[in-house]
Amino acid sequence: MDNLETSIQFQNVSYQRNETIILNNVSGDIYKGKITALVGPSGAGKTTLLKLCNGLISPTNGDILVEHKHITDFEPTSLRRQVGIVLQNAPIIRGSVFENLALPLKLQKKNLSKDEATAMLTTVGLEDSFLNRDASDLSGGQKQKLAIARTLINRPKILLMDEITSALDPISTNEIEQLIVNIKEKYGVTIVWITHNIEQAKELGDFIWVMMKGQLIESGDHSIFSSTRNIKVQQFFEGKI
Amino acid sequence: MTYTSLALTLIFVLIPLILSRTLQLGLEKDTIFATVRSIIQLLAVGYVLKFVFDSDSYIYIFLMIALMIVAATLNARKKGKTIRGITWKIATTLIIVEVVTQSILLGLNIVPATAQYIIPISGMLIGNSMVLSILFLNRFTAEIESNKDSIELILSLGGTPKQAVHTQLINAIKASMIPTIESQKTIGLVQLPGMMSGQIIGGADPVVAVQFQILIIFALLTTAALSSILVGFLSYPTLFNERIQFLEANNQKI
Ligand SMILES: Nc1ncnc2c1ncn2[C@@H]1O[C@H](COP(=O)(O)OP(=O)(O)OP(=O)(O)O)[C@@H](O)[C@H]1O
Ligand SMILES: [Mg+2]
Repeated sequence: MDNLETSIQFQNVSYQRNETIILNNVSGDIYKGKITALVGPSGAGKTTLLKLCNGLISPTNGDILVEHKHITDFEPTSLRRQVGIVLQNAPIIRGSVFENLALPLKLQKKNLSKDEATAMLTTVGLEDSFLNRDASDLSGGQKQKLAIARTLINRPKILLMDEITSALDPISTNEIEQLIVNIKEKYGVTIVWITHNIEQAKELGDFIWVMMKGQLIESGDHSIFSSTRNIKVQQFFEGKI
Repeated sequence: MTYTSLALTLIFVLIPLILSRTLQLGLEKDTIFATVRSIIQLLAVGYVLKFVFDSDSYIYIFLMIALMIVAATLNARKKGKTIRGITWKIATTLIIVEVVTQSILLGLNIVPATAQYIIPISGMLIGNSMVLSILFLNRFTAEIESNKDSIELILSLGGTPKQAVHTQLINAIKASMIPTIESQKTIGLVQLPGMMSGQIIGGADPVVAVQFQILIIFALLTTAALSSILVGFLSYPTLFNERIQFLEANNQKI
């Protein structure tokens, strides 16, 4: 195995809400510049894990390190720019495609140049001519590409994505998968990708994390698909859960 | 007006009671309760006012206004239960509104500094401020509730609390102020404002009554703007913690 640098480290991370334990003692490393596919049944705690990394919520127990620094030592806004997230059903704000792209910079009272905007559109496979279109007129796939582009405007070191293709047709899904691989290669960003599609995880994930009921029960490279001894995980891989 | 003729006005209570009974609206109990309450409250206020006017002491005027602010705060805070410390935020707002408006009215000698002017005008302005706070809180909490995704989006991209709720805050401030502005457009055309009608019935020159009404509606504009904006800017920070996390998202008691 080549030299792997860690990007995110989870150390006994738990997250509890009221009396419910949503994440239970999750420990593991996410590697830099790689795609980690995060899979697991609905309600396993995948979205919660991503929100913890972006700082939208804080663990009730345990530590998370981003590039070897405790997330509590980051300014919340700075952490969120470095650890970008594309939320499940991320809303497109009212206005043009350009206004959506410019949003992250506007939040810092900065402007987005037209060149940067068109360059970013090209990166995510949208044409320049989209720039002044009303964002609400875009198709589902185009909206997802725009949401990814909008998060990328902050130039994050880590990109978290929550089921960004689950509502798309196979062609758009394929385009976005290709796009993510390109982004990884172009920017060297670390990617954590939640998907409920095992084939997608197999195809794109350098590493696979399987979560169930708030626990990380299996993780590793592709070998886990054949080597896992956990019956539940085997059944999940076979699509039986 | 004699007490005999006042007693005769109970006919106006009897009519809805009879209608409620015959049509089985089931409103009799509420109507009687409301009637009794209004008689007791208004008579009490009448006697208290008479006492305050006669004594002409600033202490009583001050107490009277303090009482109004307390009553208005307790009423308005029910709408903002989800916002931490809402009682003090509303109380602060009402106090600022009262201080600002009275400083202008009394400081510039627009009205004489006597109980006869200070108390009714304060009552109208504080009452309006209370209604505005309620309108604002209703709208703001509804806007927040239905825009959680957008709030979370802005936070996730590195936005501040103010940026995250900016749209909802502005929408709620605007929406709560619109009725005040709109009602001024038709004022006098459809119905005569209560205070003006009262003065005219009381025998005042209609032109003088109109002058006072104009004073009030202008003051109400300031009250409306100040109330919504103050309650708004005092409230929104409590929706977030020091890690800039939206407290709704943590499902904590806010
Ligand atoms: N706001 C909330 N209040 C209470 N419980 C919550 C809340 N958000 C999530 N949960 C619970 O936490 C658990 C994990 O949720 P999470 O959204 O992280 O799951 P997930 O793995 O992303 O599921 P899915 O694949 O359906 O998106 C679920 O049981 C969910 O009901
Ligand atoms: Mg999820």
